[in-house]
Formats: sequence, structure tokens, C-alpha cells
Amino acid sequence: MSILVFTLILLVGAFTAGMLGSLTGLGGGVVLIPLLTLVFHVDIRYAVGASLVASIANSSGAAAAYIKEGITNVRIGMFLEIATTTGAIIGAVLAVYTPTHLVAILFGFVLLFSAAMTLRKKNEHGDNESTSKLARIMRLNNSYPVNGVEVPYKVKGVAGGYALMTVAGIVSGLLGIGSGALKVLAMDGVMRIPFKVSTTTSNFMIGVTAAASAVIYLQRGYIDPGIALPVVLGVLAGAFGGSRLLMKMNTRKLRLLFCVVISALALEMIYNGFTGKL
Amino acid sequence: MKKIFSKEFWQERDVELFIGQQLRWGVITSSIIAFIGGVIYLIKNGGNTPSYTEFVGAPEYVRHMPGILHGITQFDGLAIIQLGVVVLLATPITRIAFSVLAFAMEKDTLYVIITLIVLGVITFSIFSGFGG
Repeated sequence: MSILVFTLILLVGAFTAGMLGSLTGLGGGVVLIPLLTLVFHVDIRYAVGASLVASIANSSGAAAAYIKEGITNVRIGMFLEIATTTGAIIGAVLAVYTPTHLVAILFGFVLLFSAAMTLRKKNEHGDNESTSKLARIMRLNNSYPVNGVEVPYKVKGVAGGYALMTVAGIVSGLLGIGSGALKVLAMDGVMRIPFKVSTTTSNFMIGVTAAASAVIYLQRGYIDPGIALPVVLGVLAGAFGGSRLLMKMNTRKLRLLFCVVISALALEMIYNGFTGKL
Repeated sequence: MKKIFSKEFWQERDVELFIGQQLRWGVITSSIIAFIGGVIYLIKNGGNTPSYTEFVGAPEYVRHMPGILHGITQFDGLAIIQLGVVVLLATPITRIAFSVLAFAMEKDTLYVIITLIVLGVITFSIFSGFGG
């Protein structure tokens, strides 16, 4: 296989990854890493670098669309970014001491977890009864539009959410993924933020979190321009196409299909990790 | 509801729209640069065989800005692609910098500080030497 053919096939793969990533809200990385390692037999360290770049592309592209709608809670995002960026640096440092087969196994488990998270029941409206002092001091409570009416919500579990966000940051820095599923778990499950707000705010944070560890990976040589080329162009085009399609499609069935596919990929990553092939 | 009629609300909206546009431009600029570099790279090296199965790391000169800039003066495809990657990485970081301004305009001192902390963490990451 020549570099030209490699680039073109990877371009198509990255396009699909970007599209699925934006349709399901999981980001491009979860598809990209198995694609690079299992199909193209690329070393997982290159895959981690490429996936970080893809996460930033995906997040920045989609965030531009979401902010306009005014549901992203920039304060919650910014406050929790202290946790995720610190975590991301810790993750990137840990990556040096983590054997690649362990990275593959961990990645597989995070993938399985992400698949389960896409199917869970969503926290549609959030709470309005929280008396969290920290949320008040940090001015995290806000409102968001539902059919043109502003619905207020109050945040709770700020400390727990912050701790879980640090873990999300570490996972993101170690495995090179946006770990959107963990971020949503922290905001949705612990802090009881309405689903729409937590999804867009999580997306807002993914780019910044990924950038914090990507600057380390770039200097370490994990981000190879030859792989980054098709990944950046493919994921961006896919994310753009995906957000267009999102308005027309029934995403429920697609999510289900996607969960089956990534669960299978996850098991293969774990298997290959244990047998030492990755 | 009264929030919608306040002056602050609209000022904030403007800033957010501006940030949204900045993100879009960052992404577009980055992909144009990567595309140009990609064409040069593929014309010169398209026929070679890719070797990513064994990890050796990206070429030394695309791992830091001086090397990338020097590569660009030589019309090196890989260096130009990597500049596109750097622009992409800079996009969310620039966004944080703009958010400092946005919070300052709202006179929200608490969030000016929080945003500066985030910016500080990322700056630390860049110059920490953890990558070297």
C-alpha cells in the first residue's frame, strides 16, 4: 500500500468517524483509534495522537453551532475545565509509563462504558431545588430555553462533579479521546444539569481538554502529520455532514447500531491488549 | 424573562457569537493549511510506503515551532500540515483567551480569574517539558 492509497482510505474512514461521532455525540476518537490500530495496524501511540487532533476538530466544529443556541453554560464549562485540563496533563504524563497493551485494554473498557452511556435514560429537565452553596458562590445556576421559555435549573454535587471531571481529564489525556461520556456522567448524573445543557457544555470542554494534552503529545512526536492530514480533513467534513444529517434522521436506531459496533470494537481492543498484539 | 431585555444579556450574546465565529475560522484556516501541505506531501511522497506499525515518532523537526517554521520555508509538506495541526490546537486555546475578555467586559472578576487559571494550566502544559 502506498502513502497515497493509505491517505485516501484513511480519509474515508475519518469522514465516517467524524460523522458517527457528531451523530452520537461521542466524538471522532472512539471510532478512529480502533480503525487505525485494528484495520491499519498503526501503533496505538500514533492513534492516540491522531485521535486527540480529531477530538479538537470535532469539538471546535460543533461548538461553533451550539453556542449560537445559547444553551452552553460557559461558567460551568470554564470552572470544570480547571479539573479537566489538570487531569489531561496528568494523563499525558502517565501515558509515558503505561505499556501500550494496557492503553488498549483501558480504551476498550472506556469504549464499552461509552456505549452503555449512550443508551441510558437521560436527565431531561434537571433540578431546581438544590441548595448547594458552592453552586451559588460559583454562579453555576442558570436557565435554558425550552420551546422559547427560559427554564431555570440549579446545580448540585459540585465537588463530586469536579472530582469526576478530573478523572475524565486523566482518561482523555491518557487515551487521547474526548471522554465525552464521562463528562456527561459528571454533569448529568452527579450535578443534575439538564441533558441539553450538559451535552453542549461537555462538547465545549472537549476541545480545551484535548488541547491541554495535545501540546504535550505534539512535542513527544505522537502527532504525525502524515496521519493528521487525512484525519483532520476527514473528521471535519464528517462532523459537518453529520450535523446536517442530524436534523433529518431518527438517531435512536442509529445510536443502537452504533453501540453494537463500538462494543464489538471494544472487545477486540481488549482481546488484542491481553494477547499483546497492540 | 426580564433577563432577555437587559443590556448585559445582549452584550454577552455578541461575545458568544464572536467566539463561535472565531472557532469556525480557526477550523477552516487549519484545514486549508493542512490541505495545501497535504498536496505537496502527496506529490513528493505519495508513492512511498507508510510505516506506522513500529513507533518511531514524528520527524524531530515537526515537534516544535522553530522546526515547523523552518520546514515551511523549504516548502516541506509535512511541516505545512503540522502548521495546520498547530492552528487547530490553538483554536480552543484562543477561545479561552477571548473568554477572559468576555468575562472582563461583564465585570465578572471571579470568572476572569477562573478563566486565567485554565489558560495558565494550558500554558504550563506547553512549556512544562513533559513532551520533550
